[in-house]
Amino acid sequence: MSTKQTLKRVVIDPVTRVEGHGKVSLLLDDKNVVRQARMHIVEFRGFERFILGRPYWEVPVTVQRLCGICPVSHHLAAAKAMDLIVGADTLPPTAEKMRRLMHYGQMLQSHALHFFHLVSPDLLFGFDADPAIRNVIGVARKFPDLAVQGVMLRKYGQEIIKATAGKKIHGTGAIPGGINKNLSVAERDAFLKDVDRMMDWSRGALKVAKDYTVEHLETLAPFGSFDSNHLSLIREDGAMDLYHGNLRAINAGGDTIFDQVDYQDYTDYIAEEVRPWSYMKFPFIKSLGPENGWYRVGPLARVNTCDFIDTPEAEAARQEFMALTGNKPNNITMAYHWARMIELLHSMEKIVALLNDPDLQGTDLVAKGDRREEAVGLIEAPRGTLFHHYKVNADDQVVMCNLIVSTTNNNEPMNRAVAGVARDYLSGNEVTEPLLNHIEVAIRAYDPCLSCATHAMGRMPLVVELFGADGALLDRRVKE
Amino acid sequence: MAKPKVATTSLAGCFGCHMSILDIDERILDLIELVDFDKSPVDDIKTFTGRCAIGLIEGGCSNDENVHVLQDFRKHCDVLIALGDCATMGGIPAMRNTLPLKECLDEAYLNGPTVYNPDRCIPNDAELPLLLDKVYPVQHVVKIDYFLPGCPPSADTIWQTLVALLNNKPLDLPYELIKYD
Ligand code: SF4
Repeated sequence: MSTKQTLKRVVIDPVTRVEGHGKVSLLLDDKNVVRQARMHIVEFRGFERFILGRPYWEVPVTVQRLCGICPVSHHLAAAKAMDLIVGADTLPPTAEKMRRLMHYGQMLQSHALHFFHLVSPDLLFGFDADPAIRNVIGVARKFPDLAVQGVMLRKYGQEIIKATAGKKIHGTGAIPGGINKNLSVAERDAFLKDVDRMMDWSRGALKVAKDYTVEHLETLAPFGSFDSNHLSLIREDGAMDLYHGNLRAINAGGDTIFDQVDYQDYTDYIAEEVRPWSYMKFPFIKSLGPENGWYRVGPLARVNTCDFIDTPEAEAARQEFMALTGNKPNNITMAYHWARMIELLHSMEKIVALLNDPDLQGTDLVAKGDRREEAVGLIEAPRGTLFHHYKVNADDQVVMCNLIVSTTNNNEPMNRAVAGVARDYLSGNEVTEPLLNHIEVAIRAYDPCLSCATHAMGRMPLVVELFGADGALLDRRVKE
Repeated sequence: MAKPKVATTSLAGCFGCHMSILDIDERILDLIELVDFDKSPVDDIKTFTGRCAIGLIEGGCSNDENVHVLQDFRKHCDVLIALGDCATMGGIPAMRNTLPLKECLDEAYLNGPTVYNPDRCIPNDAELPLLLDKVYPVQHVVKIDYFLPGCPPSADTIWQTLVALLNNKPLDLPYELIKYD
């Protein structure tokens, strides 16, 4: 008899309080030792095919419908590619700064949403708290001040998106070669009125994340953790830059794998493996191969790869963060939350600086040059490096589209985190709701946007079913 | 008296309609006084705990699991609202309806410039739900009571709709709130 037949199957379907619909399957042997753990992405859209034949200028508006949580990221990554298609190698300062403002507003709202609405229940109530209160409504009842701050920080970010993109969700602000509006003095003044409060709350959120991590370090350090490579965009002087830069990859110890790579050449460096059990592909660094070339992206990777942050408060926070691991890359999965809040503060600092920049009231909005047929647009989305690659024919139709979305880059790391937690917490034990939530806590650290990843979205109850080798249902638990 | 319950789900949507629900901002705190949330992404309730007054559906049906969730919502909710253009018309995901599904899968898993797929496999695991031949609007699958257009419908549209229904008032949205994208 093969081993396979003696294994029991456990399914977490779907993973919840993440943005999108995924599920986890575990295979356990007769001693309940976890033999295989996988996170599956179960939806599929087919965007790369059905966008073919559409006019290029439509893409920044259509492609963001992959994801209503970070539509700005797709909007801007596509717009950056289309800038090059229309030959706008440099945008007028007003256009670039309006887009940056839009992007920092997006970072602020997305990081606030993830931290306050989705993750804070795990941190405030505990991983194994009663699921009836382990949610944002529970937080609103027990910690009303914190909940209001989360709601208001997110709102501020959403309002900035509206003022720069025209709409809070699925705006139209960025157009090939520039932007379609500037920021009025009235809009600017309305935002400036609230900056002190927003800065305070951002500092507060960072403190909550930092204190939590430091206080619980003993449990959190090994939780779903492993050494990995890290990848992000980086400015030419090594500063963190969320809107533009070149690619840098480092290994777990901090050695350079490649640096200052022009992302127009990304296909020379990155490939994606297809595996039959997930609609989400598995990217890897080509020179290291699919086995060893996988990497992490997102807040943790960005804080690890950059040499410094160019805003003072976030830089001070970064130094504190790096000191924890002796200025070597931090490979702790649960440290994502702390890194994410450093970026929240950084984004708020950037917003204040931009609001005080008179360029935002400029009137030169669009640039143009010689048409190209192929271009790549990259951006650091809230969840990590986002790749958009298009070819456009002489009739202005898109003839090729390739997307590597942020969450896809973290596919292998999330699977490793799931396997690690399953092994450490589940193996040999009876399967219970709190134990299963531990697996989800590890996934949530990555703030996966499975909507983006399926190029999709949906949530369902968490149902775990245990099957015997003969396929008979042994045990079934529903998470209420 | 027990508060009425509201449930929400996202099928083949982008979650933008749910984000638009959250865009009611501070009014969320009023909303949780008015209603209890049942099965929804905004809380941790994953199966219906009882009868719901209102179910909000984002997204159309792209796979068999979407169909099952939608049928379950119809069974448990007095009023079903199709939220947004994807639920109402299929939306952007329905752009695949003019193409054979196989072409979409081939493009994503065989032909892309960064694809590494020596075995030329298309994801086919038993854990993955079955894709439907087309993306269907929700009213093709179950009866829907109200349709809110927009991509997404604005927070004000959603708020006014909920308040009217919960107070048994006729739904009379001002012209500016009824927008298609
Ligand atoms: S209607 Fe628009 S916002 Fe709503 S799910 Fe569809 S694409 Fe997203």
